[in-house]
Amino acid sequence: MRTIQLAADQLAALELAAGEELNPLIPHTSEIIVGFVAFSLLYMVLRRAVVPKFEKAFADRTDAIQGGMERAEKAQREAEAALTQYKSQLSDARGEAQQIREEARVQGAAIIEEMRAKAQEEAARITSSAQAAIEAERQQAINSLRSEVGTLATELASKIVGEALDDQVRQSRIVDRFLADLEKQK
Amino acid sequence: MRVYAATEGVKDEGFNPPDAGDFNLPPFIDGNSFATKPILLAFLSVLIISVFFILAARKSAVVPSKLQFAGESIYGFVRNDLGRDVIGHEFMRFVPYLFTLFTFILVNNVFGIVPLIQFPTMSRVSFPYVLAAITFFVFHYIGVRRHGLISYLKGIMFIPGVPKPAYILITPLELATYFIVRPMTLSLRLFANMFAGHLLLLVFILGGEHLLQGVIGLKLVSPFSFVVAIALTFFEFMVQCLQAYIFTLLTALYITGALADEH
Repeated sequence: MRTIQLAADQLAALELAAGEELNPLIPHTSEIIVGFVAFSLLYMVLRRAVVPKFEKAFADRTDAIQGGMERAEKAQREAEAALTQYKSQLSDARGEAQQIREEARVQGAAIIEEMRAKAQEEAARITSSAQAAIEAERQQAINSLRSEVGTLATELASKIVGEALDDQVRQSRIVDRFLADLEKQK
Repeated sequence: MRVYAATEGVKDEGFNPPDAGDFNLPPFIDGNSFATKPILLAFLSVLIISVFFILAARKSAVVPSKLQFAGESIYGFVRNDLGRDVIGHEFMRFVPYLFTLFTFILVNNVFGIVPLIQFPTMSRVSFPYVLAAITFFVFHYIGVRRHGLISYLKGIMFIPGVPKPAYILITPLELATYFIVRPMTLSLRLFANMFAGHLLLLVFILGGEHLLQGVIGLKLVSPFSFVVAIALTFFEFMVQCLQAYIFTLLTALYITGALADEH
């Protein structure tokens, strides 16, 4: 009974085979439709929802990296410019300082020279004026002495003559008095 | 030619090597030709790829998460190595197509070694036919758009720099290349690789199983068959990736050819 059933199954299968060619190169309509639909579906999903997102991520990343590099380059350029500027300013300042020192030295020397000349002149002037004053005073002293000595001599002589000059004591007293009078007159 | 149904019935009467019948899986709803494993797998692949990449691309962050990095690596590979490096400055227009092509073929191929699924969708010739047909249409459409119908066909038929009598030989060959050989080889290469690979795995796995049911000596040989099957599984993975790559690369090359000023 079982063998008969089995044989019948085989027969049915063979009949099926005769109807349906088993050439693997023959496509099936339903699979072609599904293949096309499935592929189109996937294409639309990936195109709409995936590719733009990934592209955005790529673009953002490139932007971030490139932007960072550009910023760094800019900063470097600025730093270099600042350095050059500082250096030139420094050398300018050095030159200027040198110049100022030179000028100061020259000026200092000139001032010293001038001062010295002035001092010498002043000294000379003071010396000469002092000498003139001394000379004038001496002259005046000589003049006054000359007149006073005459007067005094006459006065003394008259006094000596007027008084009797008895003794030594008296003489000296007269001289002392005379001198004291002189003192008072002064 | 033997029949799949018959194989089922006479399993214990000697070893029946796997053949084309093993690819002709019956629908699981009787009479509904859409309710078959390959069709289910095709839709499953669309679902898997869509969900994976939508999740990976959702944030489009400058610093990617692991998931985004994984998605970007695959996308970047297709975009840069297959798109930009092959097509050149106009590549961005074709990246979505190349990307879809690559992921769709890759996932459907890899189904061949995924446990429990273990059926490469592309071993059903209809799918490679469809993909090759789309590529065929795409690159001819691009060529006609770029050069105009007449000059595009002239470019194909009369390659410049060839002596006139040689056209007798070259023109038919060129026409055959562009309109027959290219779509044929594109689809059959993919189909045949997946078909043969699956068949090979079936031979060693079913063979090992059959040996296990034999006498004691055959039982001892059986593990070797399974070891070979495992080794071949790894080999198959390589072939599956390679075929997805080749199909996409050739599509990119055909597009480049259609865009070029001289054919």
